[in-house]
Amino acid sequence: MNGVFSFARLGALLIKEFIQMRRDRITFAMMLGVPLLQLVLFGFAINSDPKGLPTALVAMSNDQYTRAMVSALQVTGYYRFDHVTASAEEAEFLMARGDVSFVVTIPADFGRRVERGDNPQILIEADATDPSAASGAVSTLSTVASQALLRAQGMQAAAAENAKEQLQVVVHRRYNPEGISQYNIVPGLLGVILQMTMVMMTAMALTRETERGTMENLLAMPSSPAEIMLGKVLPFLVVGAVQVAVVLVAAKLLFDIPFVGSLTLLLSSVLVFVLSLVLLGYTISTMARSQMQAMQLTFFFFLPSLLLSGFMFPYRGMPGWAQALGEIFPLTHFLRITRAVMLKGADFHAIAAEIGWLVVFVLVFAGTALLRFRRTLD
Amino acid sequence: MNAIDVHGLVKRFGDKTVVDHVTMSVAEGEIVGFLGPNGSGKTTTIRIMCGLLTADEGEGTVLGFNIRTESLRIKREVGYMTQKFSFYEDLTIGENLEFVARLYRLKPVEDYVAKTLEELGLTSRRNQLAGTLSGGWKQRLALAACIMHKPKLLLLDEPTAGVDPKARREFWDEIHRLAGGGLTVLVSTHYMDEAERCHRISYISYGKMLATGTVAEVVKNAGLTTFVVQGPQLAKLAQELHDRPGVDQVAPFGATLHVVGSDRKKLEAALAGVEKEHKGVTVAPGETSLEDVFIQFMSGSKDNMA
Repeated sequence: MNGVFSFARLGALLIKEFIQMRRDRITFAMMLGVPLLQLVLFGFAINSDPKGLPTALVAMSNDQYTRAMVSALQVTGYYRFDHVTASAEEAEFLMARGDVSFVVTIPADFGRRVERGDNPQILIEADATDPSAASGAVSTLSTVASQALLRAQGMQAAAAENAKEQLQVVVHRRYNPEGISQYNIVPGLLGVILQMTMVMMTAMALTRETERGTMENLLAMPSSPAEIMLGKVLPFLVVGAVQVAVVLVAAKLLFDIPFVGSLTLLLSSVLVFVLSLVLLGYTISTMARSQMQAMQLTFFFFLPSLLLSGFMFPYRGMPGWAQALGEIFPLTHFLRITRAVMLKGADFHAIAAEIGWLVVFVLVFAGTALLRFRRTLD
Repeated sequence: MNAIDVHGLVKRFGDKTVVDHVTMSVAEGEIVGFLGPNGSGKTTTIRIMCGLLTADEGEGTVLGFNIRTESLRIKREVGYMTQKFSFYEDLTIGENLEFVARLYRLKPVEDYVAKTLEELGLTSRRNQLAGTLSGGWKQRLALAACIMHKPKLLLLDEPTAGVDPKARREFWDEIHRLAGGGLTVLVSTHYMDEAERCHRISYISYGKMLATGTVAEVVKNAGLTTFVVQGPQLAKLAQELHDRPGVDQVAPFGATLHVVGSDRKKLEAALAGVEKEHKGVTVAPGETSLEDVFIQFMSGSKDNMA
């Protein structure tokens, strides 16, 4: 018995493991803090039936029927009228840029047609690049709209069912009329795959040198922090380029994803995105003490960026604070760019703000990494 | 101008003072041995000199460059060989040398690498991974890599730890050849025979510089007296002598005991009756060795590692 298993020896091993666990502060903090943080974060942030979606109203007239329609849509909770305009072009641009999820158009002759009983119509255009985001809002439409109209006409709600045909709600699912979720997922995967490999590989960059003891030698030789940083991250731009090519070709051949925008525009934004990722990874490697820690920090970053960026769950469905948090991930901005360029055919003007964000990330990460880089072993 | 001129260097890690007001100067073309027990601050001092660590206090120049403000210039002119092999084990010998040559912007790279490989006798093994080399060869590769850019000063941190005697001999021959060509060398070591191969030695213990000078000077200045005791059952006698007043050290050397003390009179008194008390035992005056001096230093200085 003594030779096979001893509780004393097991005890010795357990004590040693707990001591080591306690010494490794970052890991310890992650084991306790991260699950709690993530539970709270994602529990409150994720919502697959988003409400209060930004909507643009194109109203040609301002009669009582139009007002009744708008307030009825607002009451459902799905629509939040942020933009009121009389120009269809402006509404179109807002949707291409992703500022609004819906455009509600109420024609000028709406009120007249209602009174004449002449087949009144309203048009609701939904941004269907993410089919799940719009589905709840669209499904309640028809009933709500008819009831509102009847109330405005002073009729009993009970009679609503009979008069349902009276109003025609035309729904256009823009950019993805069939609601194919691959159209949403595959362009997003481009960003996710890039993020996974780029950040993780570069996060090891400095810790590997430190762990193998080659850092001391590297520092003793004449190389500047900027040289070391670029030397570490630039090779991964090449790896990233290969990944982009593979994903884009697969998107076309395997999933038949439409590509309506400019390839040059997409590739230039991919370049900025990958640069921000490798610099982020490098920044992580200036903080981590071991490859293990680098790995953990990467995952700590990875999960929220996946869940809060709009890749897995509709970005618009999250509460305001979670949306604000989502803005700090390069992936969030990159997803908007790929979806806009690939599916909506957006031009540079429409995605300039998102590219601007990515450039800011590049500068911030590079600056942080250079500041954190220790030229000495202090 | 001295190759190394530093004074009052202090380095603390937390509340531990690892280097405590160290002053050191090394003339050009000199080989200086840097001695001291483990954890005495040798590596830290060397790292401060080549700009890998910043001193908390103290000033100085290395090759005329300020150690605080001109560490980049120092890095270009100094060859530093780390204690642990710190080249890339997953690169070949040739690739490692090319990397170093390019970092120092040596042109043409190929000429420098080929010449270095030939001097090392590694031309045929150029494509072998550095990680597969034996300890002795790794050390030769590391030395070759850090003299490739023709530094004026070589800082070697325990370069011969774990290397066999023949390789050590060859290594030291190389060091003397380089010093003959005007290179200044500061080399840290544990080995007494290596200390004796240096022009001068500096002894550091627990961060404090305790002695400096030629081997003969250091031994003489230590002011120790040594007697050599011979005879049967020395192990038992050693135990007995150790407790007597005036005896600082009793160390077995082959079939003899070296009995060392700092006060000649007390030591003579302690050994006076030994020949009579123990049959067949003889006591004769001996020469104090460098090792005796170091052991004396080590037991005399307070341990600050605890």
